[in-house]
Amino acid sequence: MGHTIIEKIIGRNTGKDVKPGDIVTVNVDRVMIHDIFIPFVADKFEEMGFTELWDPDKVVLIYDHLVPASQVDDTRHFRTGNAFVKKYGLKNIHRSDGICHQLMTEAGYVKPGHIAFGTDSHTTTYGCVGAFSSGIGYTEMASVLGTGQMWIKVPETIKITVNGKLPEHVTSKDVILRLIGDLGADGATYQALEFTGTAIEAMSVASRMTIANMAIEAGAKCAVFTPDEKTADYCGITLTDAERSLKGDPDAGYVREICYEASDLVPVMACPSQVDNIRPVRELVGVSIDQVFIGSCTNGRLEDLQCAAAILKGKKVAPFVKLIVTPASRKIYREAMADGTLAALSEAGAIITHPGCGLCCGRAGGILTDGERVVATNNRNFLGRMGTSKVEIYLASPATAAACAAAGKIVEP
Amino acid sequence: MGMTMAEKIIACAAGVDTVHAGDIQTVTLDRLMSNDGTTHLTIDMYNNDLKHPRIQDVEKLVWIVDHNMPCDSPKTAGTHKKMRDFAREHGITFYEGEGVCHQIMLEKHVRPGELIFGADSHTCAYGALGAFGTGVGCTDYLYAMVTGSSWLLAPETIRFNLTGELPQGVYARDLILTIIGRIGANGANYMAMEFAGEGLHSLTMSDRISICNLCVEAGAKTALMEVDDVAMDYLKTHGREPKACFTSDPDARFAAVYDIDLSEIRPVVAKPHFVDNVVPARECLGVKIDEAFLGSCNNGRIEDLRVGAAVIKGKKVAPEVRFLVVPASREVYQQAMAEGLLDTFMEAGAIVMNPNCSVCWGSCQGVIGEGETLISTGTRNFKGRSGHRDSFVYLASSATVTASAVRGEITTADTL
Amino acid sequence: MSETFSGKVWVLGDDIDTDIIIPTEYLALKSVEDMKPYAFSPLRPDLAGQMNPGDIIVAGKNFGCGSSREQAPEVIKALGIRCVVARSFARIFFRNAINNGLLLIENADLHDAVTEGDTVQVEVNRQITHNGKSYPIASLPANLVEILEAGGLVKAMRKRNGLD
Repeated sequence: MGHTIIEKIIGRNTGKDVKPGDIVTVNVDRVMIHDIFIPFVADKFEEMGFTELWDPDKVVLIYDHLVPASQVDDTRHFRTGNAFVKKYGLKNIHRSDGICHQLMTEAGYVKPGHIAFGTDSHTTTYGCVGAFSSGIGYTEMASVLGTGQMWIKVPETIKITVNGKLPEHVTSKDVILRLIGDLGADGATYQALEFTGTAIEAMSVASRMTIANMAIEAGAKCAVFTPDEKTADYCGITLTDAERSLKGDPDAGYVREICYEASDLVPVMACPSQVDNIRPVRELVGVSIDQVFIGSCTNGRLEDLQCAAAILKGKKVAPFVKLIVTPASRKIYREAMADGTLAALSEAGAIITHPGCGLCCGRAGGILTDGERVVATNNRNFLGRMGTSKVEIYLASPATAAACAAAGKIVEP
Repeated sequence: MGMTMAEKIIACAAGVDTVHAGDIQTVTLDRLMSNDGTTHLTIDMYNNDLKHPRIQDVEKLVWIVDHNMPCDSPKTAGTHKKMRDFAREHGITFYEGEGVCHQIMLEKHVRPGELIFGADSHTCAYGALGAFGTGVGCTDYLYAMVTGSSWLLAPETIRFNLTGELPQGVYARDLILTIIGRIGANGANYMAMEFAGEGLHSLTMSDRISICNLCVEAGAKTALMEVDDVAMDYLKTHGREPKACFTSDPDARFAAVYDIDLSEIRPVVAKPHFVDNVVPARECLGVKIDEAFLGSCNNGRIEDLRVGAAVIKGKKVAPEVRFLVVPASREVYQQAMAEGLLDTFMEAGAIVMNPNCSVCWGSCQGVIGEGETLISTGTRNFKGRSGHRDSFVYLASSATVTASAVRGEITTADTL
Repeated sequence: MSETFSGKVWVLGDDIDTDIIIPTEYLALKSVEDMKPYAFSPLRPDLAGQMNPGDIIVAGKNFGCGSSREQAPEVIKALGIRCVVARSFARIFFRNAINNGLLLIENADLHDAVTEGDTVQVEVNRQITHNGKSYPIASLPANLVEILEAGGLVKAMRKRNGLD
């Protein structure tokens, strides 16, 4: 029988012919630790009795949740991280370059076919380049740092096909939100999502990242895309035959197959306070808002900012509404400066912050209070995620978010 | 006997011919600035402690959210919401996320000859445009808000006659820190600090704002500078006319007069934990830093960013140092972006934030931790001002701060 | 693994996410002990203070969805919760709980039957008993039992590294 993409990646890594349900030990290609968890990883690592990293070159440490620090104890995480870097000879460290998931592929740490783990649930993002990546806790990370290995259960795969052309102002964010709504927040638990179809092929790597990033919101272990020429360009590589063949075989066994016709899709929002509470934007038109947030590892990339800038061009953010824009990385910030995107956003009244997790992780960057409503491009709208439990969070695409900022209420882009 | 600038502005605001230091006058205020540090308290008093409250003239009010921007907690979000809702209901001019209040006021509102209350100590910055700005608490602010007036004790004036020009690599920041070091943190208590003389004309508006802004650190009630061509150009660029341009009379009485030759000023640093703990920068060389901050109402203008960018161009921020660059306003941010300065900072590894008070205020953005050291272009270095109670803040010019960010220890730009 | 214990039940709904279990705001507190009072605070601010060692959480589907923050199972364990019974668990939370030695039990029916404050009896790898009715539970895979029996992944690794 044929294999799904994820079975191929795991099979090549382990040298075994694997099938869903097999428990195997994989050799890890890359790991990512971020600032919130480095003190815990460091503690556990030493508590476990390890004295050296299995391979310092394969470890990446990224400060992003706490940049800039908002509480006096935050910088302790930097000091602990810096000490860990010195003690164990870590070379790959980013102290204010942007969000971990953006940097892992942008800076070339993760390539097609890799197996990568990170101390963050949105580690699923790297599937955008055809890697198997997933989030783990800090204890597990400590053991990977020491051994370079991890046990996993080979996941079943759900195949999602999107064919055709997405209508104007319908983005990959709308695709993944719709899918999460259809699957439910636990609809893909323990499973892999494999994306294919002409609409997926037409997408940029950045758009695929948005989809892979949010796979976890349906409970998925990972999401994968077949590497193509766009992937090769993005990663700065020439694809090998092995990489090219990371596609689902015609006779592969899928646990489920879901098909969408792109032209049927519409702008949608995840309504408070579940990511799978999806409704078309047109059913929500007129709901007043207090703030808009464009950013995060889900939608803080150049194409997202460009899309927002195009919609806001010649307009102003509505009075008494704040638009907070947080580019996903230093590189994106600079590119958006160079092409006039940030100038256009600033002219429209956006508050542009330094790249980092910002508001999405709920520690700073635009926290709200009782009775306030925010339209945001990030990945979670859980109760209390951006302030008190009486804050209402609507998740949307950058196009919808920008249109809402100008209108001061929910509108279709 | 003639009158000082301060006396003339108060006389004008009181509608009388002469005022002399020590007189108490009832004055009509031209403008009332308040920010998110205390406005929620003013609103609470307005709503709870007054019978049939009304705002005397809403046109005078300017409210600015700048201290915790963007918000870092539900608590500050609540104070912002209270302020925003009230401003909206009453039609108060309201800025949120546009920049540091004093910079916004100077860019958009302050006119020479005005008398302005601000619910923030650094309101004395408006003297750079020949306006009498002074910081008040929220009770005084509330009274002014509902009556349009207040009482004011006419201050004595210390006059600083400036001659010469600042040497290359020395900045207005070094000048005002030197002066504060010399007269002490209470050296101008209750008094006006007036700057005049040929040397004044060599200073840019940015320099002047930096100087006036910091006068409260010597205890001054206000700071004043006469309006010359440089100030008039600034007003014109920003689309405003003076209310009145005053200068001190030749026979005005000053409490003290200092003659300062600008060419003798050298880079200085204010060491922890007092603004008047000023020493030559060379005495602090080698002090290891964890963070550097270029920004604030004191030093976050385009001129300051140009200085910083020139220092750091082609270099990198030291690996473990966090270098925060925070333009003082949207206007400055956009200008700095257009000139490529922000890209220079970004390329060097700096953290470039949206215009706001940032770590100068020290409650949210970029706060420093236990035992950490910050070198800052902000206004204050009090114990705990920028984060943990056991942390250390050194104040210096944008050049010294940027050079220190590159080296990871206190350094002057000329030795980089 | 065979063990029997009883405990008082706290009932929670579906999709109890990690931001509810421990909000991001408190993640940089120095220890899990410091985080304890804030557990479940967005949903039920008083709950953490009411929980006692030996209590059992019974929840709906997808318990622990969201972030990879390991403080979520750790804080539940620190509150003394003996085990969590849910219709289903989110994947990362599941691994984190096992790695910290927090027992998780999947059961589809108990959630509908219990009321908060009830007592249930758990026989690990066998069944849960409530009001005289028994609810069968599945056995854990061998590799997970190994970690649980070692007392969590840290202890398992210490053993591997010859420390214990």
